[in-house]
Amino acid sequence: MLILGIETSCDETAAAVVVAGQRVRSNVVASQIARHQAYGGVVPELAARSHITAILPVVQAALDEAGIGRREIDAVAVTTGPGLAGSLLVGVNAAKAIAYGLDKPLVGVNHLEAHIYANWLSQPNEPPPPPPPFPLVCLLVSGGHSELILMTGHGHYRHLGRTLDDAAGEAFDKGARLLGLGYPGGPAVEAAAAGGDPGRFELPRAWLGDTYDFSFSGLKTALLRAVAPYRLSDASPDPATANGPAGPFREHTPPRLAAETPVGDLAAGFQTAIVEPLVVKTVRAAGAFGARAVLLAGGVAANRALRDTLAARLQEELGEGVAFRSPPFAYCTDNAAMIAGTAYWALRRGTQIGWEADVHPRWPLVVTPG
Amino acid sequence: MRVEFLSRSADETRAIGRQLAPALRVGDVLFLHGDLGAGKTTFAQGIAAGLGIVGPVQSPTFTLVNEYDGPVRLYHLDLYRLSGADDIAGLGYEEYLEPSDGITVVEWPERAGSMLPETYLLVTLVAGAGIRHRLIFDPVGDDEAASRWNRALTSDCKG
Repeated sequence: MLILGIETSCDETAAAVVVAGQRVRSNVVASQIARHQAYGGVVPELAARSHITAILPVVQAALDEAGIGRREIDAVAVTTGPGLAGSLLVGVNAAKAIAYGLDKPLVGVNHLEAHIYANWLSQPNEPPPPPPPFPLVCLLVSGGHSELILMTGHGHYRHLGRTLDDAAGEAFDKGARLLGLGYPGGPAVEAAAAGGDPGRFELPRAWLGDTYDFSFSGLKTALLRAVAPYRLSDASPDPATANGPAGPFREHTPPRLAAETPVGDLAAGFQTAIVEPLVVKTVRAAGAFGARAVLLAGGVAANRALRDTLAARLQEELGEGVAFRSPPFAYCTDNAAMIAGTAYWALRRGTQIGWEADVHPRWPLVVTPG
Repeated sequence: MRVEFLSRSADETRAIGRQLAPALRVGDVLFLHGDLGAGKTTFAQGIAAGLGIVGPVQSPTFTLVNEYDGPVRLYHLDLYRLSGADDIAGLGYEEYLEPSDGITVVEWPERAGSMLPETYLLVTLVAGAGIRHRLIFDPVGDDEAASRWNRALTSDCKG
């Protein structure tokens, strides 16, 4: 069964073709086309955020890469939430038009659920991996999400915890800026942390009692204070009197740091303070709910410290019986292969949506005992 | 009239937000202006709690807009990741500056340059040396709104 997937919930315009929930035939993301100029500038860099301009060329590219014609598609899948209403609508309307024109079923997919199902997808040019066993615990960590989810079967979820303020990926990005490192922040902090001493700066972890929730906002402020002694004074006027080209606002420029700033030690301490609560709570949840597998999902899954620490701690505390999985990087960040993949399992349960279907900007993973 | 607070903790910053919340009305717009770690989202959490909104108020940095339904609807925006007029227009920012059915709170409003409504409350947050943060409130525009906000901020009953 060939499913065309479409994803426009946030920044990325993406389309993909996936066979039977696992084998990825194509996986196209607009911002990457723009970056690689692979399509002769069909999608200009400026429009990377403009789903309307990108959606049709991206769908066509996904079909071309898969080497199939429109009529060979068996179903169309689209993210209907959570996300930005205006962005979601572009994808949903395109998907409706394509499915209606082809007289094929239309499947609405939850973006969070799809991140989990990225773990079912095959690596490019490799056979599909064995499906993860249930029950499983998934740590979904990205720029916009930090969620701990229990999955007891296809379509059966329990949301165990979430961030109360900043997401883990957001913490990496903002920490990178405070340390004068580049963007995206995750890889920049990880590179700077290599060889650094994580114990030199004591940065706080928010344990939040026995809950499975996370909090990274206090850590950001703690890093700000740890960096303060190394900050060179900037020449900006007092915020209370500024009135420049930005209206009544003062421009915040990235901090300038003294040459002797221990960026490596600060980055290592900061990264450890993000990773540790994620790992400890995931392992605790896996033990408490008898998980047979632990999955990572989302862009932060690419962080090596997180992968390695989680894998090691799982084995130490729960032994060999718990499988540990992390999706290929291309399916960690927002993509449409995971949307098309998820739709296959939904269709097997008979889940599809009608032409009147709407978007759900705040759609939580439904709590279904299973 | 300018009102200024010193906060020594995230809880104190939230308490100032809770104190202001009852004075907010449908149509009000607040700009939270300050660098990373200054306490913008923490202050917004206080506003949400004061408005009777239940559940976590997460940073909208990546989602751009978070909407909360409570006794009053809250639009929580963050323009941090945006740059340029196309991004701002793509978000439909103008409509959030005249909310017809709720209250709008914007972090990183400077990304939209001088796009401003006539009346708004500018909250400047500054992470000071040591553990103190400054919160500076500057009402702009309509006198009725300004005195409504100021009364709440200068009243003695905290929390």
